[in-house]
Amino acid sequence: MSEHNQHIQLSDESVAKQTTTLNLGPTHPATHGVFENILEIDGEKVLSAKQTVGYIHRAFEKIAERRPYYQITPLTDRLNYCSAPINNMGWHMTIEKLLGLKLPKRVEYMRVLIMELSRISDHLICNSVVAVDTGALTGFTYVFQWRELIYEIYEEICGSRLTTNMGRVGGFERNFSDVAWQKINKFIEGFPKVMKEFEDLFTRNRIFMDRCIGAGPINAERALNYGFTGPNLRAAGVDYDLRVAEPYSSYEDFDFKIPTGTIGDVYDRYLVRNVEIWESLSIVKQAVQKIAEIEKADPAQKNIFYAPESDKYHFPPKEDVYTKMEALIYHFKMVMGEIAVPPGEIYHAVEGANGEVGYYLISDGGRTPYRLHFRRPCFIYYQAFPEMIKGGLLSDAIIALSSLNVIAGELDA
Amino acid sequence: MALTNEIVKNRLTEQFGDQLTGWEEPYGMLTCTMPAGINLKVLQFLFDDEQLRFRFLTDLTGVHYPGRPGEELCVVYHVHNMVDGVRMRLKAYVPLEKPDVFSATQLYSAANWMERETYDFFGVNFVGHPDLRRILNVDEMEHFPMRKEFPMEDPTRTDKDDEMFGRGGIV
Amino acid sequence: MGRPVQYNTNVKLAEMPEGYSGEGFMATSFDKIIGMARKNSLWPLPFATSCCGIEFMATMGANYDLARFGSERMGFTPRQCDVLLVAGTIAKKMGPVLRQVYLQMAEPRWVVAIGACASSGGIFDSYSVLQGIDQVIPVDVYVSGCPPRPEAILEGVMKIQELVNNESLRRRNSDHYKALLESYGIQ
Ligand code: SF4
Repeated sequence: MSEHNQHIQLSDESVAKQTTTLNLGPTHPATHGVFENILEIDGEKVLSAKQTVGYIHRAFEKIAERRPYYQITPLTDRLNYCSAPINNMGWHMTIEKLLGLKLPKRVEYMRVLIMELSRISDHLICNSVVAVDTGALTGFTYVFQWRELIYEIYEEICGSRLTTNMGRVGGFERNFSDVAWQKINKFIEGFPKVMKEFEDLFTRNRIFMDRCIGAGPINAERALNYGFTGPNLRAAGVDYDLRVAEPYSSYEDFDFKIPTGTIGDVYDRYLVRNVEIWESLSIVKQAVQKIAEIEKADPAQKNIFYAPESDKYHFPPKEDVYTKMEALIYHFKMVMGEIAVPPGEIYHAVEGANGEVGYYLISDGGRTPYRLHFRRPCFIYYQAFPEMIKGGLLSDAIIALSSLNVIAGELDA
Repeated sequence: MALTNEIVKNRLTEQFGDQLTGWEEPYGMLTCTMPAGINLKVLQFLFDDEQLRFRFLTDLTGVHYPGRPGEELCVVYHVHNMVDGVRMRLKAYVPLEKPDVFSATQLYSAANWMERETYDFFGVNFVGHPDLRRILNVDEMEHFPMRKEFPMEDPTRTDKDDEMFGRGGIV
Repeated sequence: MGRPVQYNTNVKLAEMPEGYSGEGFMATSFDKIIGMARKNSLWPLPFATSCCGIEFMATMGANYDLARFGSERMGFTPRQCDVLLVAGTIAKKMGPVLRQVYLQMAEPRWVVAIGACASSGGIFDSYSVLQGIDQVIPVDVYVSGCPPRPEAILEGVMKIQELVNNESLRRRNSDHYKALLESYGIQ
């Protein structure tokens, strides 16, 4: 046998088997992130899948043990980077709960506004990526323009587009500028039309429906057992939403529906996300309205963007830092992380775009958390992927993966 | 009648007596400590009981307390009764030399990866786990990185001056 | 009636390289011509792992439109691509995969490290993250930012274009280049 032949020799076991092994990932373009799935396929049918994760494990939890509290916010950005503000604010709420801070209504509504905007942007990515994977790139490029507007709003508010590091313990670092309000209003006005068109393009599209209906289903019982939360659980028919079940940040003041699906397939997930975008938009509108009402009732409220009693945890305004002694000292103390935090053990969860984002914090009173664990919804529900695609077609597996909206950063921590 | 922490506590004490200790309610969440040997029994009871119905495993993680000899590692379960909206936290302490707890994978499919993660980070041995391997880190890794003694920084790094970066000495 | 002929007047021509031209002919060196051709038809291979990848998606999107620079076609197979755009954190577990992808690319190949993580490990100075991809593969252009704005990514691509334009055809055979690859253990 020549050398060449030896080189390509397959093991007997591999020759004897009738199925094909297919490596999907870790850098496969259809996976939109770094996940490795080793599929065993028979023709087009998926027989089994073996997952490997951890390709971008970044040791968040270890880093968090060495960082003062306010420096952990940038870490939370990078968990689910498609909707960073939700993570930021969830983390701030955790600390606020630990400190027992109560926020003024205006600040809470501002938070809700931002969180819902980021939910929209997250769902937009997911749904347009599902569309891309079914072969329609148009929707993607079209709605991306409007996602850019959301980014611009973020930029007006905190100066950054994607990894926002938005807000501070007790509120925001600065008030929303007029331009920000203008852009928010522009979004509220212009977006429904675009969204409508996006919907028209896909929701009742025969090709899209044929591709999605019945692909990658999971029933409610299995979904719960697998720890599903968020839109993916709702698509399976369980109306569990933390915004309603355990309202935080004054969500109880808002009026919105929770969409649910029936069989938890790709189409259901797509529809649930779609409806959620509309609901989020309506929450944004309500928030803008409520803030306007507050301001009308008491114009002094206009300048409230953090809890007054959180002064101790809030950076003094930059002008003061440069001109006043106390402010400078406070700034310094805060940057060095010398503000005392009470010891305690706390679990706080918010409804992230993908499900329940939880923060389990153990504080021993020091400048850094003793232990901080993130409950990352993706990590938990991605386990169910092999079960969902088993017996289906290979192409179904691809769209099932994108409709689960697994975000690599969140998956691997 | 709405399920309250009080009821949960009473039901559990009825069933397990004083095996469950350290009852607390930090920030409204009922917390207790169970011996590592009966962790699965407690979880099963919470799952099966018609009144308690803690059927959702929210989170499972570990904590390392180097200063507590005999109970250095702690496995923390967060379970959730979605119907009544009640959460509960359960802890099991295990010694570093023999970090064995029973795996909850049979009860919750979600526990699979969470336990693998806890094993990966802390080296907790989940007895009965179908596939206890490292999950996030490379297989060749020899230590358990989330234990307190393990340094955070990349140990192979040479281009940063520790003194200038305020490292070395301080953890 | 026939339709009126329409000419597309928006065509942008690449700049003519320096050379000696006369009536009906133009003489220049291969270096320049090939450099120019390559420059304007780079095929990028996006190796997007995390947050920077999302910003890279925005760069491909309609507002910023990477296609304006001759990079319309994202290749997803390394064997067809010229530029490896590494966007995102590369963990140690991913390092060998990245290297493999680089090895599969044909010469000439260029690498852009997009974002702080790919350039230096960024905020993740931790046991599991590769402290800069230049530890495993040679990098031509670094783009700073966490994440870099789409404009910055575009600039990185333009910088690569500049490099490509001015690269000597002999560079890839030079001892210097071989020594560089050697230092990464690539033959
Ligand atoms: S540089 Fe920043 S934005 Fe880019 S991958 Fe790293 S952490 Fe994410």
